[in-house]
Amino acid sequence: MSFFRDTLMIFRRQERLALRNPAWVIIGLTQPVLYLALMGPLLTHLPPVALGTGSGGNAYDFFVPGLLIQLGLFGSTFVGFTIIADWRAGVIERFRVTPVSRLAVMAGRVLRDVVTLVVQAAVLVLVGLAFGLRAPVGAVFVSFGFIVLVAIGLASVSYATGLLTKSEDAFAPMVNTIVVPLLLLSGIFLPMTLGPGWLQGIARVSPFRYIIDAMREAYAGQYFNTIVMEGIVVAVAMAAAFLWLGSRVFLRENA
Amino acid sequence: MAIIEARGLARTFRTRKRTVEAVSGVDLTVTEGEIVGFLGPNGAGKTTTLRMLTTLLRPTAGTATVAGADLLGDPVKVRRRIGYVPQAIGATMGGTDPACMVGEELADQAALYGIGKADGARRTELLISQLDLAGLEKRLVKTLSGGQRRRLEIALGLVHRPPLVFLDEPTTGLDPQSRSNLWEHIGKLRSELGTTVFLTTHYLEEADTLCDRVFIIDNGVIVAEGTPDELKRRISGDVVTLRVNCSASTATELLGRQPVVREISVADDALKLTVEHGDEALPALLRVLDEARITLHSINLSRPTLDDVFLTLTGRSLRDDSPAGAQPAAAAAPAPVTATAAKE
Repeated sequence: MSFFRDTLMIFRRQERLALRNPAWVIIGLTQPVLYLALMGPLLTHLPPVALGTGSGGNAYDFFVPGLLIQLGLFGSTFVGFTIIADWRAGVIERFRVTPVSRLAVMAGRVLRDVVTLVVQAAVLVLVGLAFGLRAPVGAVFVSFGFIVLVAIGLASVSYATGLLTKSEDAFAPMVNTIVVPLLLLSGIFLPMTLGPGWLQGIARVSPFRYIIDAMREAYAGQYFNTIVMEGIVVAVAMAAAFLWLGSRVFLRENA
Repeated sequence: MAIIEARGLARTFRTRKRTVEAVSGVDLTVTEGEIVGFLGPNGAGKTTTLRMLTTLLRPTAGTATVAGADLLGDPVKVRRRIGYVPQAIGATMGGTDPACMVGEELADQAALYGIGKADGARRTELLISQLDLAGLEKRLVKTLSGGQRRRLEIALGLVHRPPLVFLDEPTTGLDPQSRSNLWEHIGKLRSELGTTVFLTTHYLEEADTLCDRVFIIDNGVIVAEGTPDELKRRISGDVVTLRVNCSASTATELLGRQPVVREISVADDALKLTVEHGDEALPALLRVLDEARITLHSINLSRPTLDDVFLTLTGRSLRDDSPAGAQPAAAAAPAPVTATAAKE
C-alpha cells in the first residue's frame, strides 16, 4: 500500500537527517541517565513500603519506569519543534503538492521518533541494570510497549501543534505549561502515595499516572491485575485519540 | 489544448470579524506549451490563486481543470501531473531542507512521486546537468548560493517530468546575473522539455522577457490578459520625442497634420508625439521633416512598458507596494510619457 511505502520513505529521510545531527538524540538520553545516577541513590534510602507494591521495594525497579515515561514525554512532546523549521523551509508545502500520502508525512516522522525512543530506552534500561534494576525481561518489553504508545500519541499531537502554531515562541511555552504539571502529577520521581489526599486526587487526571503504575506493577512481576489493565486502556485510548487529532491536522485540505 | 481551465475561482479568508476576499472569481485558460505570467503587486492574489491551482488551498467557489484532472474532484491526480516551486521569500522558503544534500533532495523528490531508484537516479543526473548543478550533489543545501538553491528547487519541481509547472516568483531575491541565468533555464523548460510554465512575478522585465501571455491581477480580480505586446498596445500608443534645431513651431504644425500622430506637445525644444506603431510611423515622420528642411538633433522612440499598462489599468505602479494610489485618475493619464517608459 502506498501509505506504508510513503511512511517508510519519510521515515528514512527523517532518520538520515537525525543521524546527521545526533546531538538531540544524545541530549535526550543524557537527562534520564543523569537522573538515574544523581537521583536514584536518594531513593534507595526511602523505606521499601513507600515505594509501593514493589518486590522488596527495589528503588530502581520503581525509578526506571518513571524515567522511561519521562524520556517518552520529553522526547516526543518537543518533536513539534522540528516541523516548524520544516514548514518554514517550505518542505511541508513541497510534500503536500506531491502525490505522497499527507498522513505519511506525519506517520513517517512519528515512526522515526518511536525508533529513536526505543533505542534511548534500551540504553536507559542497560544503565539501570548496572545500578541495580532487577525487573523481569518480560516487564521491560511491556514497559517498552507502553512508552511506544505514549510516544505515538504525543508525537502526533506535537507535530500537529507545531504545524498549527507555526512558531517556536508559541509552541515552547505551550508544551511546557502542559507537560511539566503532568510530569509532576505522574509520580515519576516519588510515589504519589506519599502525598496528601488532595494531591493524590488531582494526580488521577494525569493519564501518565495510570501508565506508570501499570509499568511498576509489571516490573514487580504482576502482569494481570486491574492496575495493569487500567494502564493499558489509558495508554491505548490516549494514543488513539492523539493520533486521530494529529492526522486531522495533517489531512486538512488547507494548511 | 487547454492545460489549465479555471472558472470563477475564488477564495475568502475569515479573520476575527470580517471576511477577506483574497481572490474573487478568476477565469483562466492556459494552453499547452505556453509560458504564462501572472503579474500583480504583493497581496493582489497571485499566490492565493497559485495555491488553489496546485491543490494547497481549496477554493471557496469555482471550478478548474488542471493538467487534465478535476481540481476539486481528484486533487491527487492533479498533484501527480504538476510541478510546483514555492516562492522562496516570506514566511516560508522554497522547499529545500538546509540540512539535506543536493543529491538527497533530488532522490527523495523522485521517491515522493513513486519513481523507482534507477529511474530516479537517471532523472536526477539529467536535471543536475540541465540546471547547472553538476558537482554540487554532495553539498548541503545550506551551503548553496541563492541562485544554486533556486535552481535546485526548480529541479525538484521537474523530477517527475510534469507537463505543467508552477513557479511562484522564481527569481525574487536573486541578483541580476542569477536572474537572467534562471530566465534562460525557464525558457528551456518549454523549448527542450515542452513544459507549460505558469509563473507569478512582480518583475515586469521578467514577464516581458519570458512570457507569451500575461494575466494582470489586482485586488483579487484579473484586470487584463494578453501578450505583453497586446497589452502595451492597448494603452495610448508609442511616444516619439524629437529635438529640432530651431523651427519647432513649423515642425509641430507639419507633424500635427500627419494622420498617424494622435497627440503632439512641445516642451522646450522637444516635440512629444503620441503615435500608433511608432516603429512604422517613424520613417514617414522623418521624411516630412526632411522635405521641410528641418534639421533633427535627436530622436527617441519609447514604447510603453507593462508597468504603464499596469498603471493605466489599476491606477498604481507595480513597483510601489503601497495601497491604491491617492489619485488614480491623475496617475493613469501621463503614463506613456514618463521617463521610465523609455525602452530601447
